[in-house]
Amino acid sequence: MNEIVKVERLVKSFHGAPVLRGIDLSMTQGEALAIIGRSGSGKSTFLRCLNGLEFVDSGEIHIAGHALDRKPAKLRELRKDVGIVFQSYNLFPHLTVLQNVALAPRITKGVPKNEILELAREMLDKVGLLGRIDALPDQLSGGQQQRVAIARALAMQPKVMLFDEVTSALDPELTGEVLAIIKKLAADGMTMLLVTHEMEFARDVASRTVYLHEGRVHEDGPSRDLFSAPKTPELRSFLAGGRRSEAPVL
Amino acid sequence: MISSFGPDNALFLLYTAITTIVLSLGATLFGGALGLAVALSRISQRRALRAAATAYIATVQGVPVLVVLFLVYFGISRVGLDFPPLVAATLALSVFTSGYLGDIWRGAIESVPRQQWEASASLALTRTQQYRYVILPQAIRISLPPTVGFLVQLVKNTSIVSIVGVIELVRGGQITSSATFQPLLVFSVVAAIYFCICFPLSLLSRKMEAIYE
Repeated sequence: MNEIVKVERLVKSFHGAPVLRGIDLSMTQGEALAIIGRSGSGKSTFLRCLNGLEFVDSGEIHIAGHALDRKPAKLRELRKDVGIVFQSYNLFPHLTVLQNVALAPRITKGVPKNEILELAREMLDKVGLLGRIDALPDQLSGGQQQRVAIARALAMQPKVMLFDEVTSALDPELTGEVLAIIKKLAADGMTMLLVTHEMEFARDVASRTVYLHEGRVHEDGPSRDLFSAPKTPELRSFLAGGRRSEAPVL
Repeated sequence: MISSFGPDNALFLLYTAITTIVLSLGATLFGGALGLAVALSRISQRRALRAAATAYIATVQGVPVLVVLFLVYFGISRVGLDFPPLVAATLALSVFTSGYLGDIWRGAIESVPRQQWEASASLALTRTQQYRYVILPQAIRISLPPTVGFLVQLVKNTSIVSIVGVIELVRGGQITSSATFQPLLVFSVVAAIYFCICFPLSLLSRKMEAIYE
């Protein structure tokens, strides 16, 4: 099987406080992996290490054919193949929906303009927003903004997608439209890592789930087994507490 | 010969007002370019550049504009250059302008949320591309009201260069006043001309503030 993500002995601390204490993880191409854990378990930090938004203290990261390297040029090559979607969308507020999606492929890959626009439209069609291409981000609902953010990442034609709590900032009635798109992407064979606290969603979309606890991989297995028969007391108590054990998301 | 204030005097004042406008535009242009360099240096990843820009801003803002004028004016002749007073005055005002615009723009760039840097970096943009396509367009919007507000100050501050012999609006007023012995009338006209230049700018600044808030 084709290994597309390989993380070895990943260690990361913030101002001396360890967050990740040695993470090993590998993924095969086309796998959808959910990462769950309490607030402060390091799950978002782990995800942000994978595309170099956070620098690791030690350990190795291989992803989409790149070894993670801090040199800006190397990092850019890696980021062309690894897309990320954030909790707070982070669209460019001064650009229209279409411009948001077309900007990066146009200026980082030098694809001709008409091809780029076609690609951007195709991606916006995928997320069901072809009708809003001339809108500015703040004219859209949160769910629509997040769908644009997904289209923006997909327009780079990444080999791996990272989703960082992408529904946490959304009103409950808006999460469905975003989750449906991610589910479709997973079904189409996109390799993805999903940091989430939506347990149902993790079970539904991800074939495999990793439970992070105190900066380590505490349990790792097929989602079905992990959720129905947790092996460790920590995961059992986490699942029993459900979302209530999470700190409120601000 | 002393004659009372007439159309000729008014025309002369308007003529000197052109010099005031030229000084303001020149300082905006050169001071703006230098100010952008100062702003970018101030938030550069290189410590030496940051320190230099910080010192520059502190110095320019910590010294009266009149002293900046003298330093530049006499500094230029000390290094053996012989510029006409208007050019030397424009240079001095450009230094003054860059110290303030650099600081205003630094603040505007820093007020673009960190997530905009992260999102654009994650899309493989270079730092230059991040500035050009994502950060500066947003920073410019934020900085427009205070920038225009500063330009109002600049227009009024150009009056100090009358001291080094540039005949701008205030100097023109002094000349007219000693020719007519009607200082109150003359400087009322001078004030009115300044007001006509500055008030629209102030309005613009306030309007932009309202829009962007």
